[in-house]
Amino acid sequence: MTDAVPTNETILVVGAGISGVTAALEAAECGKDVVLVEKSPSVGGRVAQLYKYFPKMCRPLCGQEINQRRMDASRRLRLYTMAEIESVTGEAGNYDVSIRIRPRYVNENCTACGACADAVEAEIKNPHNLNLNAVKAAYIPYSMSYPQRYVLDPSIIGTDDAQKAKEACQYGAIELDMEEATVEIKAGAIIWATGWNPYDAAKIQPYGYDRYDNVITSLELERMMDPSGPTGGRILRPSDNREARSIAFIQCAGSRDQNHLSHCSRICCMASLKQSTYISEKYSIDSDATTTIYYIDIRTIDRLEDFQKRVQADEKVRFIKSKVANITEDRISGDVVLHGVNTEGYQRYDNQHDLAVLAIGMEPSVRAGAVGSGIAGDKSGFIQADANNGAIFGAGCAANALDVNRAVQSATAAALRAIQVVNGVAATEAGS
Amino acid sequence: MNDNNTAMIDKYRNSFLREVEDNVEQGEWVKMCMQCGVCSGSCPFGPHWEHPPQELFMMIRAGKRDAVLGTESMWMCTSCYNCVVRCPREIPITHIMHGLANYAHRLGLAPKVNPTRRFAKIFWDNISKNGRVNETSLSIKLYFMDGYSAGVKRAVEMANTGLGMFRTKRLNPLALISYKGIENPKQLQSMLKKAREIEGRRKGYPG
Repeated sequence: MTDAVPTNETILVVGAGISGVTAALEAAECGKDVVLVEKSPSVGGRVAQLYKYFPKMCRPLCGQEINQRRMDASRRLRLYTMAEIESVTGEAGNYDVSIRIRPRYVNENCTACGACADAVEAEIKNPHNLNLNAVKAAYIPYSMSYPQRYVLDPSIIGTDDAQKAKEACQYGAIELDMEEATVEIKAGAIIWATGWNPYDAAKIQPYGYDRYDNVITSLELERMMDPSGPTGGRILRPSDNREARSIAFIQCAGSRDQNHLSHCSRICCMASLKQSTYISEKYSIDSDATTTIYYIDIRTIDRLEDFQKRVQADEKVRFIKSKVANITEDRISGDVVLHGVNTEGYQRYDNQHDLAVLAIGMEPSVRAGAVGSGIAGDKSGFIQADANNGAIFGAGCAANALDVNRAVQSATAAALRAIQVVNGVAATEAGS
Repeated sequence: MNDNNTAMIDKYRNSFLREVEDNVEQGEWVKMCMQCGVCSGSCPFGPHWEHPPQELFMMIRAGKRDAVLGTESMWMCTSCYNCVVRCPREIPITHIMHGLANYAHRLGLAPKVNPTRRFAKIFWDNISKNGRVNETSLSIKLYFMDGYSAGVKRAVEMANTGLGMFRTKRLNPLALISYKGIENPKQLQSMLKKAREIEGRRKGYPG
């Protein structure tokens, strides 16, 4: 970490998920000054919420640790957490950026001992677990948070709880009078890596996400699988906390649909195939647990097809070629009943399952139009490469619906483009 | 079978999809179907169709001309629009179903005894005669569609409903004797005739 003053040879990276962190590190390791801005209290983004990622099925926290060590070692990278971009003015090679930093109420003396969380009584919904459970209002977002530093929720400031937290801290880390601050920086190029949000499942009315307890999203299943997640790593039905044994995955929930997201979100097919292996991981081989995947067509590209072949060989995973028409609820058991037509043979079905998982599509967290006026975006709001964008480059899921692998490639590409811009700035200054 | 049918077979040969695109209302959408099946699953009459919409679209693309135009399936559509609102490609399925039914009728391939087709014909004759629907004569024609005794039976079954409608002035028995439609129905009829001629010329129907 450095305290060098940002100049117009600095690269600003917005968003510290896998794409932003990658772009920032690639640029910093090439010798460029980088300012990395993250809205939440920790880096990590969506990937940090995943239990495993495909196709190697390893834990994302492992890769995150590598990136965190790279960040620790990088002398040219400055990180702002709880910070958002307020305004960007200027042009390629010469941007003035205003960054608003929300108070964390905890300074760098924090050792993450957790004494403040023990002292505080108030609880808030846990954003890391998609609000599925609660966490103390003095909290660390998740075990691998970076920076390893607690944060106080603004709702307790001015209450007794805040005082209790301050008194509990032996290191003088809690500063209750911390205030919102604005920082003005210069930047030569901007990499926009604000990632994605799951599509609002309640908008897909026939699937009843807002009406039926046992209809959940794929991201919620990821959190359930995590041993430190809301269910302690068990797949429990929200209606009665019973272990779900018959699980249905509904593909293209929101994606490839003119009524919702017109694009293919690319990750959902592999995500459901991946999650089907969770079921065999959780339940013994002779159990009656089964998975059924309802799909229009399975889109696994390139070498990912091997993964699909492996899942297809599993007898406990059934594939039904059909976009589910609607879901109803069996009121007595709380089971979900999926209705539709199997287009291979035109068989009508009304299939009862314990749990329905919507393989939810992704939409950009910040639409291209909101990044800045004149930033080119496609119909879905993903940033498009365009000469009129100046030196603002989209990376990762801000630019396209991508899996982790391709998001990292996209981030590296964006870093290279940004480096070329600031190299141009340096050359001009040297020549003049 | 009629002359229109022979002319269309001559014109399109094996390309039934093109025939549908050129002649059926909204037929150009058929190629957009991605066979997800959400229309078939959403149809309240679904279990009673021989071929649900997405199967019909596949049959059109596969060139199954006789099977498509001769089926009763699209005559089952009640225009509830469930399929249209759920279709991920925004295909106007309901319109295509009616378009297919109408086209099959024009070619003389529609199933002769299909009740929807017969009702549609009674309705059309009724409305084109006066320019407005004469509901009294329409109901009587509908009741006696299957012969005199079936008509009497149906009328007796519905007697209470009919009386109720009469009492609330929803049904006027005098309309049987004199019904005033629009001012000059002859003009409407000549317009319809002209429109039919133009359509026939454009699409190449001899009859």
